[in-house]
Amino acid sequence: MKKLILESLGKSQHRGLNFRDMLYNNEARAFFFQVVTFVLVIGLFYTAIGNLFHNIEERGINTGFTFLKNRAGFDILPFLGNYVVDYTPESSNFSVFYVGLINTLIVAFVGIILSTLIGLFIGIARLSSNYLVAKLAGAYIELFRNIPILLQILFWYNLFINLFPHPKQSFAFFDIMFLNQRGLYLPRPIPEEGFSVVALSLIVGIIAAYFVKKHFKKKHDLTGVYTSTWPFSVGLILGLPVLVFLALGSPLQFDIAVLGKFNLRGGMNVVPEFLALTFALSVYTATYIAEAIRSGIEAVDKGQKEAAAAIGLTPTQSLKLVILPQALRVAIPPTINQYLNLTKNSSLATAIGYPELMSAFGGTVLNQVGQAVEILAMAMLVYLVISLFISILLNYVNKKMAIQGR
Amino acid sequence: MKQLLKLSAASLLVVGALTVQASTLSDVQAKGYVSCGVSKGLAGFSAADSAGNWTGVDVDVCRAVAAATLGDAQKVKFVPLTAKERFTALQSGEIDMLSRNTTWTITRDASLGLNFAGVNYYDGQGFMVKSSLGISSAMELSGAAVCIQAGTTTELNLADWGKANGIEYNSVVSDTNAQTLTNYDSGRCDVLTTDASGLYSMRAAAKDPSEHVVLPEIISKEPLGPVVRQGDDQWFNIVRWSLNAMITAEELGVTSATVDEVTNNPERERLMGRSGSTHEYVGLTPDWTYQIVKQVGNYSESFERNIGINTPIGIARGVNALWTDGGILYSPPFR
Repeated sequence: MKKLILESLGKSQHRGLNFRDMLYNNEARAFFFQVVTFVLVIGLFYTAIGNLFHNIEERGINTGFTFLKNRAGFDILPFLGNYVVDYTPESSNFSVFYVGLINTLIVAFVGIILSTLIGLFIGIARLSSNYLVAKLAGAYIELFRNIPILLQILFWYNLFINLFPHPKQSFAFFDIMFLNQRGLYLPRPIPEEGFSVVALSLIVGIIAAYFVKKHFKKKHDLTGVYTSTWPFSVGLILGLPVLVFLALGSPLQFDIAVLGKFNLRGGMNVVPEFLALTFALSVYTATYIAEAIRSGIEAVDKGQKEAAAAIGLTPTQSLKLVILPQALRVAIPPTINQYLNLTKNSSLATAIGYPELMSAFGGTVLNQVGQAVEILAMAMLVYLVISLFISILLNYVNKKMAIQGR
Repeated sequence: MKQLLKLSAASLLVVGALTVQASTLSDVQAKGYVSCGVSKGLAGFSAADSAGNWTGVDVDVCRAVAAATLGDAQKVKFVPLTAKERFTALQSGEIDMLSRNTTWTITRDASLGLNFAGVNYYDGQGFMVKSSLGISSAMELSGAAVCIQAGTTTELNLADWGKANGIEYNSVVSDTNAQTLTNYDSGRCDVLTTDASGLYSMRAAAKDPSEHVVLPEIISKEPLGPVVRQGDDQWFNIVRWSLNAMITAEELGVTSATVDEVTNNPERERLMGRSGSTHEYVGLTPDWTYQIVKQVGNYSESFERNIGINTPIGIARGVNALWTDGGILYSPPFR
C-alpha cells in the first residue's frame, strides 16, 4: 500500500503539472470553479455599479458626496442629536447625518436595555408556578408578538399625543417634571466648574469596587469564607461621588421647564416620538427575548437544580451559580438576533417623524438633494456597522458563556 | 418608506435595462395609459373619492396629457406618492410625469435630472392655527411648535423665515399629509404650515372649518407645476403644451361645451387643430388640443370645478387669473 502511494507520487512529480491530472484532481477542480464564480460575481457587481453611475450621469442627476458639505437649511425636531451636534439650519448635510446617527443610537441603546429588562421579567414570569402570573405573561407575549411593529409604533404615538393634555394643563410632578402631549420635560442638568471631578470620582469608585470584589472572591476561593461585597460596592460607586459632590459645594444646577406662550420652554424635552418609538420597540422585542429566556431556563435539566440543593446551595445561589449560567448559554444567541432586529426596526421611526438616520438623513436630505444611491448607501453602511458591532460584542459574551471544552 | 425602498431597489435593477431609453410618448402609446404621480390625497388638487375616481387640478393636468396622447382622458394610472418619494419615482421611470403640487426651484430643475413643464398653480407658503389661540399674525408665533411635512420646500422656507424674523420654533416633521394633520388636530403642534392652497384644502376637510384661521402672511413663492424627466424633449413639450392648451383655451373662451363650434377666429381654429400643423411638431394627432378641452375642459373649468369659490375649498382666482384679468397666468402663443 505504502509502496503504491509513493509510486504514484513519484509519477506525478515526474510528469510535472499535467492537465489530465488537474482535471481529475478534486482540489484543483474545486479551486477552478471558485475562481470562476468569484470573477463572475465581481464582474456582475462591477457592471451593475458602472451602469448605474453612467445612467445617473446621463440623466443629469448629481453624483458624488459634495452635498455633504452643503448647508442643510431645514430644522430638525430638537432632541439629543441636535444638542450634541449643536444643530441649526446653517449646519451641513453631514451634521444631519450625525444628528440622525445619534438619535438612532440612543433609541437602540435605551431600547436594548428596556427590552432586556421587560423580556427577563416576562420570561421568568411565564414559568411562574402562579397560574395568573404565568397566563398574563403568556397573553402579553401572544398579543405584542403578533401585531406588526409599524402598527404598534403608530398606535403608541397617536395614543400619546391624543391621551396626554395640552402643555397648559400638563401633569406636574413636584413642579420639576412635566408630562404633556409634547413629551416629558425633565430638569436639564447644567454642570458647573468642578463637576468633572465628581464624574471622575464615579469612575474611580467603579474601578475600586471591581478590585474589592475581586479581592473577596479570591479570599473565598482560598479560604472558603464568603463575604458579602454589596455594601462596599454601594459605598464606593454611590457614596464616593456623593461625598465629592457635597465637598465641592454641589457644582450642578438644574434648568426647569416653565410655561411659555405656546409651550413649556427650557428643561430637557423627551419628545413623544422618542418615547413612543422606544416603548413600542422595547415592548415588541421583549416578547422574543422573553421566549429566549424561557427556553434557556427550560433547557436546564431539573437534576441540576436538585444537585445544587443537594450540595447545600441556597435557592439564590443555585439560580446565580448553576441555573442562570447554563440558561444564558441557550438564551444569548437568539437574544443577540433580537438586539439586531430592534436596532434595524428603529428605522421605522420615519413613520412618526422621529429624526433618526432614515428619517432625517435618508428622508429629508434625500429629498432635498435627490441623490438616492449615495444617501441610501451611507445609511445602509451605518446599519451594517452598528449591527456588526453589536454582533461582535455579544459573540464575545457568548464565547465566554459557552461550555469550555476540556 | 416601503415604497421608497422599493423604488430605489427597482431603480437599481432597471438601470441596466434602461440604458437605451425609448421615447416616453411611444412607451405611453404602447402601454395605453399615462402613469402619473399624484399626492396621497389633497382635496381639490389630487384626491380619490370612495369609488377610486381621482379629481383635482393636478389630476386634470394628467388627464389633459392622456387626452392629448391617447385621445382618452380616462387612460391615466394614478400613482399616489409622498413628498419624499416623488422625485425618485420619476427619476427611476416608475411614472411618466409628476403632477403633485410640486414647487419649481432651481435646485430641483437643475440638479435632479428633471424638468418643470410649467406652472398650473401659483402658490405661497402660509400658516394655519386654531382660532382659539387668538393669534392674528405669524409674527406672534415665537416659541410655537410647527407641524410640517418632510421633504418639502416648506421646511427650507420656514427655516429661512424664522431666521430672518428672529422667530424660534420647534419643527414637528411627519412623512405624510395625513399624519401632519393628525399632529395638528391632536395639539402636538400649534401651527400647521404648508402651501396656502394646501391649508385651504385641509381647512375645508376639517370637522368645523371655522375653528381654524389661515394667517395673512405668505412667506414664499411656490409655483406648482407638472414635472418630467430630463432628456426627452418631445415628452417635455407635450406636457408643457397640454397645460398651455388649457390656459389658451380659457383665454380664447373655448370651453368643453363650446369646443365643437366652428368660428372665424383663426387663433381659435389653430388651437383646435382645424388649421395649421402644430400637432406635427409634438408628434400627435391634429385633434390633441380638441380632446383636451372636450374631455378635461379649459383651465378655468378645471379650477372652478375643483378648488374654485363655489367648492368647499373656496379659493379665489387671485394671482391665478389670466393675465388679461389681472392675474399672472400667461401661455405663450399657439403659433
